[in-house]
Amino acid sequence: MSQWEKDPVVTVEHLTMRFGGLVAIDDLSFNAGRSQITALIGPNGAGKTTVFNCLTGFYKPTEGRITLRHDNGETFLLERLRDHEIARDAHVSRTFQNIRLFSGMTVLENLMVAQHNPLMRASAWTIGGVFGISGFRQAETEAIDLAKYWLDHTRLLDRADEPASDLPYGAQRRLEIARAMCTRPVLLCLDEPAAGLNPRESAELNQLLRYICDEHGLSILLIEHDMSVVMEISDHIVVLDYGSKISDGTPDHVRNDPSVIAAYLGVDDEEVDAVVGTEAE
Amino acid sequence: MAASQPAAERLTDSLKDAVVAAVIALALFSGLIGIRTTADVGGLGLNFRWELLAAAVATVFAGRFLLNVFVWRTDKPVTRLFSGPMPKIPGLDKLGVIAGPIMLIAAFMLPVISWNFFGQQNRYIMDLAILVMTYIMLGWGLNIVVGLAGLLDLGYVAFYAVGAYSYALLSTKFFPLMVELGYAGPGIMDWAFWVSLPLAGILAAFWGIILGFPVLRLRGDYLAIVTLAFGEIIRIVLLNWYEFTGGPDGLSRIPRPSFFGIPFSRGEGGFADFFGLGYSPMHRIIFLFYLILILALITNFVTMRLRRLPIGRAWEALREDEIACRALGINTRNTKLTAFAIGAMFGGFAGSFFATRQGFISPESFVFMESALILAIVVLGGLGSQIGVVIAAVVMIGGFEIFRDLAEYRMLVFGLLMVSIMVWRPRGLISSRNPSVYLKERKAVGAEHVAEGRG
Repeated sequence: MSQWEKDPVVTVEHLTMRFGGLVAIDDLSFNAGRSQITALIGPNGAGKTTVFNCLTGFYKPTEGRITLRHDNGETFLLERLRDHEIARDAHVSRTFQNIRLFSGMTVLENLMVAQHNPLMRASAWTIGGVFGISGFRQAETEAIDLAKYWLDHTRLLDRADEPASDLPYGAQRRLEIARAMCTRPVLLCLDEPAAGLNPRESAELNQLLRYICDEHGLSILLIEHDMSVVMEISDHIVVLDYGSKISDGTPDHVRNDPSVIAAYLGVDDEEVDAVVGTEAE
Repeated sequence: MAASQPAAERLTDSLKDAVVAAVIALALFSGLIGIRTTADVGGLGLNFRWELLAAAVATVFAGRFLLNVFVWRTDKPVTRLFSGPMPKIPGLDKLGVIAGPIMLIAAFMLPVISWNFFGQQNRYIMDLAILVMTYIMLGWGLNIVVGLAGLLDLGYVAFYAVGAYSYALLSTKFFPLMVELGYAGPGIMDWAFWVSLPLAGILAAFWGIILGFPVLRLRGDYLAIVTLAFGEIIRIVLLNWYEFTGGPDGLSRIPRPSFFGIPFSRGEGGFADFFGLGYSPMHRIIFLFYLILILALITNFVTMRLRRLPIGRAWEALREDEIACRALGINTRNTKLTAFAIGAMFGGFAGSFFATRQGFISPESFVFMESALILAIVVLGGLGSQIGVVIAAVVMIGGFEIFRDLAEYRMLVFGLLMVSIMVWRPRGLISSRNPSVYLKERKAVGAEHVAEGRG
């Protein structure tokens, strides 16, 4: 029995999302295993980002249930929580397909904003902070330390005091991941983290994601078009097409699945090559 | 380069530029110079002055042409000066570091300087200084909402009104009633201002939350329109609720502030008597000046402090990207409400100061024009910049006073100023922002990175 069936961190059951007459997701069910990298792939318009938006509360699903389980057994029904509650209480963190940094703030400030809720508590909801209580100062030092840790691991420490929008594209992607990590997530949802990266940056990203997953025991849910990333680092792949699941299993299982190849054939030669090509390797 | 440009080409270019200028001049002047209204027997009549118009346009054309050919050269047409952001002036963004302390010292010294050197003008200068300080405080208060949180609020004057009416009603109706009923001693009247000041702030913040709750679901232009409407609603309620607010008659005989219980009155027990000074009406004016200076500095201090706290960072993050904020677990609604409430609170403090200074308030003091003026101060000074607000307030309010004789042109200059700032420095005079936290060195973030906020 695979890890995602034994100990799922998130269970999606009968998820349906309709926009008027359009069915973006149709009765989708899948599990994502704890401390595993689960990839969500599929042709353009398959509904991958919609699944993310349902998971992180940006959309309210029309039907279905999404259950998140923490290590300590605490469970959260995500479809009932609001977006910021999912991030704050259920500790699900996400990045965006089109990078969303606080561009006028420095790299370090971006990471400090991510630690808003613990810092808010430490500052006694601002009242204590205005008078400079010592607990807050200590919490802030700790927050800076956490930020430094992730800046170090994303190789951004040298640029900590620069505006986020001054960073090159690849570094902005890494910063977004670092920012998501600063919320101390249980589940990290990455929406196309390798988009626009060159092969070297892409390889680096693979290492970073594996590090996060293996060393920190974090579960990662990943949308990605870059098959070299997907096949190399994923433990588990879920394939969507037209809002429904067409395949689910290990990378080996998925790449040999005829329905997956058919779905990709119908879309884009290049993407088929990518799937078939990695098979040949 | 002008030198390498063939003479003929320069001539045609100059001609083209001059024609454009002449057409613009024609469009502008045909209304301003070409037509004059005259008082005829049967009413207003129009008098066309074509010769004058032709002369004006010809002057512009000839002048422009000659200047282009001989002075400016056409590779550098005059319009270029007005056609883009100003080149970066090194040091302007560092202005705050130097100018801040200098202006602070100047503000504290002002009464002394004015007292000693401006004899006759003393009273006038102090009154103007108090007015400018009031607007600085309002600008700083609004800066929290517009500059930090990026919420465009066109109805800020509503909270100024709430503060002013809170103090006026408490001190003219509520406290006398308490004394009459025996719940408070008559001494409370000497302390009326000091008791009312925090209450006025709390009431304004409370109204900020009440108004903010439904309004903050909207964004951008919609938010601006609805805040404008709420500002007007408050004013219209004040105007029509005659029994409570006195309607258009306003509220008069609002108690003056006391020096912590000692009134500024002539004779026994007054301020002058207590400190063994000769009585002078200026004592109260100088006290009012220091009072508003301290209130404004508290506003500034709290704002600077909040910027370095998680709440302030959340405000700025909200201005940059609201969706990212929600993904990071920030409750955007509450965060916006706190910005609204704290901004409103400082507006309320300023309002109760206004009431005690004037001794009389009516809804006329809280028209939309005031909101627009405060917003203009914030926008011209630079969104989020504390020192920029000071400079803009001094220039705008001081400028209004200096050009008092040219009252009808004031709005023209005001508009011109707005347009030039929008062209040259679209982010306001001081537009860089200081990061709230740093690892190695504090580097200012350039204006081009910072977002305006979309509500």
